Amino acid sequence: MITFKMNGLEVQAEEGWTVFETAKFYGLEIPHLCYNSGLSVYGGCRLCLVEIGEGPKAKLVSSCTYSVEEGLVVHTDTKRVIEARRMMIELMLSTAPYSKKIQDLASKFGVTQLRFKPRNEECVYCGLCVRMCDEQMNARAIGFQNRGYKRKISTPFDIKSEECRLCGGCIYICPACSLRCQGPQADTDVCNACLTLDPSCLEYYDELQCWMYDAGRCGTCVREKNEKDKARP
Amino acid sequence: MQTENLKVQSFIARHNSEKRALIAILQDIQAEYNYLPQESLRIVSKSLGIPLIDVVGVATFYRAFSLKPRGKHLVTVCLGTACHVRGGPKILEEFERRLGVKTGETTLDNKFTLETVACLGCCAIGPVVVVDGNYHAHTTIRKVNTILKKYAKEEIKNETH
Amino acid sequence: MRRIKKIKSLKELEAVIEKETELRKSDTRAVLTVSAGTCGQARGSLKVIDSLKTAIKKGNLEDKVKIRVTGCHGFCEAEPNIIIHPHDLFYQKVDPKNGKDIIDQTILKNKVIDSLLFVDPNTGEKAAQESEISFYKKQKRLVLGDNALIDPTDIFDYLSIGGYRSLLKVLETMTPEEVIPAVKKSGLRGRGGAGFPTGTKWEIARKVKGDIKYIICNADEGDPGAYMDRSLLEGNPHRVLEGMIIGAFAIGATEGYVYVRDEYPLAVKNITLAINQARKIGLLGKKILGTKLNFDIHIAKGAGAFVCGEETALIASIEGRVGEPRQRPPFPAIKGLWGKPTTINNVETWGNVPIIIQKGAEWYSQIGTDGSKGTKIFSLVGKINNTGLVEVPMGITLREIIFDIGGGIPGEKAFKAVQTGGPSGGCLPAEMLDLPIDYESLTKAGSIMGSGGMIVMDEKTCMVDVAKYFLNFLRDESCGKCVSCREGTQRMWEIVKNISEGYGKEGDLELLEELAKIVKDASLCGLGQTASNPVLSTLRYFRDEYEAHIKEKRCPAGVCINLIRYVVIPEKCTGCLACKNACPQDAIRGVIRGVHLIEQNKCIKCGACLEACKFEAVETQREEAIRIVEGGTEK
Repeated sequence: MITFKMNGLEVQAEEGWTVFETAKFYGLEIPHLCYNSGLSVYGGCRLCLVEIGEGPKAKLVSSCTYSVEEGLVVHTDTKRVIEARRMMIELMLSTAPYSKKIQDLASKFGVTQLRFKPRNEECVYCGLCVRMCDEQMNARAIGFQNRGYKRKISTPFDIKSEECRLCGGCIYICPACSLRCQGPQADTDVCNACLTLDPSCLEYYDELQCWMYDAGRCGTCVREKNEKDKARP
Repeated sequence: MQTENLKVQSFIARHNSEKRALIAILQDIQAEYNYLPQESLRIVSKSLGIPLIDVVGVATFYRAFSLKPRGKHLVTVCLGTACHVRGGPKILEEFERRLGVKTGETTLDNKFTLETVACLGCCAIGPVVVVDGNYHAHTTIRKVNTILKKYAKEEIKNETH
Repeated sequence: MRRIKKIKSLKELEAVIEKETELRKSDTRAVLTVSAGTCGQARGSLKVIDSLKTAIKKGNLEDKVKIRVTGCHGFCEAEPNIIIHPHDLFYQKVDPKNGKDIIDQTILKNKVIDSLLFVDPNTGEKAAQESEISFYKKQKRLVLGDNALIDPTDIFDYLSIGGYRSLLKVLETMTPEEVIPAVKKSGLRGRGGAGFPTGTKWEIARKVKGDIKYIICNADEGDPGAYMDRSLLEGNPHRVLEGMIIGAFAIGATEGYVYVRDEYPLAVKNITLAINQARKIGLLGKKILGTKLNFDIHIAKGAGAFVCGEETALIASIEGRVGEPRQRPPFPAIKGLWGKPTTINNVETWGNVPIIIQKGAEWYSQIGTDGSKGTKIFSLVGKINNTGLVEVPMGITLREIIFDIGGGIPGEKAFKAVQTGGPSGGCLPAEMLDLPIDYESLTKAGSIMGSGGMIVMDEKTCMVDVAKYFLNFLRDESCGKCVSCREGTQRMWEIVKNISEGYGKEGDLELLEELAKIVKDASLCGLGQTASNPVLSTLRYFRDEYEAHIKEKRCPAGVCINLIRYVVIPEKCTGCLACKNACPQDAIRGVIRGVHLIEQNKCIKCGACLEACKFEAVETQREEAIRIVEGGTEK
């Protein structure tokens, strides 16, 4: 057992736990986006930042990737942490302003203004879809490409992947995209399970952001798109 | 494609088909074809047992690799800090104007590809432009035309033979 | 080069070093040392060498004079340069045409060729000897000095100046438990930028248990404007190897890697050659020199990613993956390459180790300041007269480097700022010129030591443009993993770009500062954590320049295109048609001996006219007709 201090309280954790997992165990909520208990940790969204150490050498680290150490001093809600957290939300919001999940985070943590020009991109590169495809579905059909501001997630060469089994796991786990396809439910080829969905990506760009590249098989997107096109003057 | 397959396989074998040598293998392929053909990446993925998406991830992450075919002559303008302070960006603009392409693009006749590099470590002779491995020191806006004319002349000489 | 025979014992190595030193001493021929590093070659030193060879052959003088082709001598402005022994002459900017003269006049008749001597840019005085040249006077070339003495492609040359003597001393007379305290006592700190005490790093690495340990030489040198490591690898690779072998012995490492960036082909060539020669002669491999030491080195090439200079990203790159850093702890010293304990040091750090062993930690610690011992190599570039690599003791002031060694600013322009530490560093203004160079004082001033890049800027450099340049570099080089760095650098770039284009508005600077401070705090790795330094330092010292761009839509240095226009000054114009001929858009009207006029509606502001004018009659002035677009737009 490893003993350390979190927000002034003495807590105990098992060897190999992270600060985030310990906090969860104790019922302390640390905001997160790219963390999922069924997938490996990534540490990219920077929402789970906590301040470790005290004095001038204290620094911010992502709690989901930081393993517990004996005698550690952790604070989860200092001014420094809260300011950083708000800026991360503001940055993600300005990338994907129509994502309900990020809008909810903004309301919860007091982000009331958007000072950067919105990009309407919907992808915040949290990598959940990549890890889902790799670790849970063992397909490895999509992944990160390029780096820096040109970063993107796609299939190799932006064409339909041979590895993709159309499982829809990527869409299921995506926090920014509100498309929720549960897959075919009827015995027939025509699946109506997703009639209740509102595919948001079509409203805002000309390309479908569906990595199944199989527009037409599940049908909703294309059907809806065609109808919307007909409805346009 | 048979010979190409064999060639790529030889590069892989040269590095003992080790997964860790992925970057070195891609560098060999790039040196041979002047870019990374899609097919070669598929061969590498299969032979090394690395998921194709990871191979593509590495190929797109590093600046040295190009997934698009490049022109016969590679014009690289250095945009390191010292070259920037000595007017490097204006030299780049002049190349863009003269060649009619933007940075990263290839001319329609496939003769020139224009690229930039962060620093070549030759700051004393900046602004530096490298064409096909030849370093041009103290480049000025007016020298750009002279440099391009030299290679265009070589092209004509080669074509008439 | 002669055939290499394997050396099998320490005594044998001693004998070989003695023999080579004797051979060198007894060779009484005159030596023409020609610098042929990458810069030298780009300036034509290979052609100079050819012309010298021809002249020597013609005069049948092979028994009187020899040519030694070396790496960089450090004085890049003077390339190609030749140092002649025993005359102790320094010839600069040598042209192939001078080859014959040098043989005829200097070698045969002992006459000095005046036109090839160094001329001081400020006093106009000429200097014949290296020790008299203002560029070299205040330097202390402990690491780089040997470049001028050896042919880097010949291991015997290195042995002939006492090379590998330090390794011999270590293997013969010291234990690892004695080597590490020596390095600690010397005060050597990492020369890659962070300045972590090297002895302490080795001590931690030694303590970790494991049969397999790695050491890595970080030769990625991604900082634009810095090329010290290139020069050392090209010109004296065996020095670096010697340091690494000593390090491997001290730490208990079995394998090493030299990670060289792809953009340094000559450095890759020379270090590969050196490793092969060291292996052949028995200094790398199993049971080195008959001792229990097993150690070998491999080369790994970079592929164009600045972030791979960061330890964990470098390790990922060697493993064949993308260069994405990861959280530390666990530190590479405990869990690094393929999960094994790994010690990473910069090229210059490894290069300092042999001399610490040879001269002793006590001697080394006398050089420098209390907190920063030894010497540091800087690349002095930009708007400076004597461009080159300078090696100086820590504690020397910026003023001494820039004005005494560097010869000041060309064209009689005023000094404005010096940028240190690359994209992770900051710009320091004239008020800070008397700052003594050491790790702590630079950090306190808002910059960092970094790997040694020192870019001098004059009154015609716009600091907003400099900040924009660095942010553009960083947003492209960021690995893209964490929101803080990826989005932060992009958004900071957008704000500074808007300011530089005249779209800056009230509140921009406050937002920029807030974002910069948070990016510094919240980022995962060193790249993001220092990405804000260029912005924060320019805001700290040059805030008025930003405000001029925002409030007055004016660029004081005359650089930001939207805010300037090119005009001909009538009083200075001599009517020579130079600018008119240079203009690619045919935008200049004028006849010979008449005042020229730049037509603003045709002008694309390429700057060719300013470059062409020899009378400084073309200037940049404030753009009078500016369209201010509400809200600001991105191009």
